[in-house]
Parts: sequence; C-alpha cells; structure tokens
Amino acid sequence: MKAHIWVTLKPTVLDPQGQTIQHALVSLGYNNVRDVRQGKFFVLELNGTSREEAQKQIERIARDVLANPVLEEFRYEILE
Amino acid sequence: MKFGVVVFPGSNCDHDAYHAIGEVLGQPVTWLWHASEDLQGVDAVILPGGFSYGDYLRTGAIARFSPVMRAVERFARAGGLVLGICNGFQILLEAGLLPGAMLRNAGLRFVCRPVYLRVETTNTPFTLAAHPGQVLRVPIAHSEGNYYCDAETLRRLEREDRIVFRYATADGRVTPEANPNGSLANIAGICSEGRNVLGMMPHPERAVEPALGSSDGLVVLRSMVAALARAGAA
Repeated sequence: MKAHIWVTLKPTVLDPQGQTIQHALVSLGYNNVRDVRQGKFFVLELNGTSREEAQKQIERIARDVLANPVLEEFRYEILE
Repeated sequence: MKFGVVVFPGSNCDHDAYHAIGEVLGQPVTWLWHASEDLQGVDAVILPGGFSYGDYLRTGAIARFSPVMRAVERFARAGGLVLGICNGFQILLEAGLLPGAMLRNAGLRFVCRPVYLRVETTNTPFTLAAHPGQVLRVPIAHSEGNYYCDAETLRRLEREDRIVFRYATADGRVTPEANPNGSLANIAGICSEGRNVLGMMPHPERAVEPALGSSDGLVVLRSMVAALARAGAA
C-alpha cells in the first residue's frame, strides 16, 4: 500500500521561502503569480495493513513526526 | 556538580560547550552519547549547537526521538537544568519542552555574526548572575532562528516572565533593526514554565574568553554553576 502525504505551513504562518520564490517568478515575467506557498511531499510504502489501519497509522505518523503542528498542517491520500 | 554535553550525529558546538565548562569554568563535564539513555548522574544537561541528523525533515525533528532525549525529557520534567543552544533550542521546541517553533530566517540567509542580547529576566537559573537589562554581546550562527508561536502562547510567555533574552541594540533598545532573523517580539531565548529549561539561539559558549572577542556568554554558564551550588550539588 502506498500513501502520499503533503505537509504545508498553516495559512496564518509567514512563508519566507514561498515569498522569495514568488518574487523570483514575478521577476521572470510571471506577473500574475500572486502568492507561492512551499511544502513537503512524502511517499510512504507500507507492508500489508488494511486501509483503515493504514489510515490511522498515517495520521499518527504525519501528526507526530512529519509535520510540526505548531506551524504546519497535513493532508494525505492512500493509493492501492 | 557535573555537567553533561549531549553529542548527536551532526553536533558541532559540543566541544565549545565542553571547553567552556571544563577549561574556562573548571567544572566537571562529561559527554552524553545520543544513543544512550544514561545521563551519568549529571546535574545539568547542555544540548549543543550544530546540525543534528543533518537538519533532515526539520531542525531538531529527528534528534528529539533519540534515546538520550527520552532521558533528557524525564530529567527536565523532574526539574533538572537543561540548556539548549541553537540546534539544542530547536530540539527542545520539537520535543515540546519549550513552546513554539522555528521558521527560516526572515532574510532566508544563514546569519553568522555577533549580536546584542538584552537580559529580560534574572529570575532563572541561567541569568541569576546577570543584572536586569544587562546587554550581552554573543554570536549567532543559524538559518532557522525565526522564533514563532501563536498569539496566546506569546501572551503567556510575557505574562509568566519567560522571555529570557531579546535581540537588542548595543545600548539595549529592542528594535526591529536589531532583530537578525525576524523572530517574533525579538525573542532570542525563552524558558520553561518551571524555569529550569532554557532555549536560546545565540551561542554563550562561543563568548567565554577575550580571545573569542567577548566573554559575555560566561554569565549564563556562571549562573548555572551558582544555581547548582545553591541547590547543593557538590
């Protein structure tokens, strides 16, 4: 079983890296890029668990390890 | 009285801390290996600066799960003195021993230079030898020192007198220009509710001898020695 997990800064948290990328894009002529938020993408491969178990496990992993709840939020999808 | 300096894979200020305690202050000091839960009966733990686990995932995020940190968490919750410097501060945040988190510096650059800190409270075991408002010249060296917490946490830190150091000008004014990394409220260091855990981004252990350009960092380490002596650590 495979899971995709996205970790991004909460909307209320300033993202200096995203801002810098946005400025660079504008200076390249992409004037319509109003905002950029940078995040992380994880691909997990899991050995033989049920979908329900995998879901619980992934939520725990994302909350406790992959994301820092002070700054970040996460979403995920489970692929067969 | 015995100090312990934790060594993580990627620590690079561990020898500076060891030198400052052992040679400059002449106090007993030992290494604490990251893979061991044995704190060897130390009276104070220093989490040194560096790049533990290569800063992978987030600064301090992997180190907080190491065996030594299980012991350090127990030690801290029992009231033991823990000083986290730079990466050590980041680890304390990840471990939840201090509130908040670190963002990339506002300017996105690694900033390595001396800064001025204003001592905001002397009511901690780390600053009891300082005088209130004292200005210290101590170096910083980090990319992720932009302290962040939510508004309620900030109010609580202020209310409980837990902001220990703020970035300031040489004459002790806390201004936006004196803030090297964008930290909320110019915060350079905070302590725990029990006041026995201090996290600070600046490096007091790199300012302990005239040859290093400043001896101002000594006041932090001397305060710890005085606090331990007062508490009866032989």
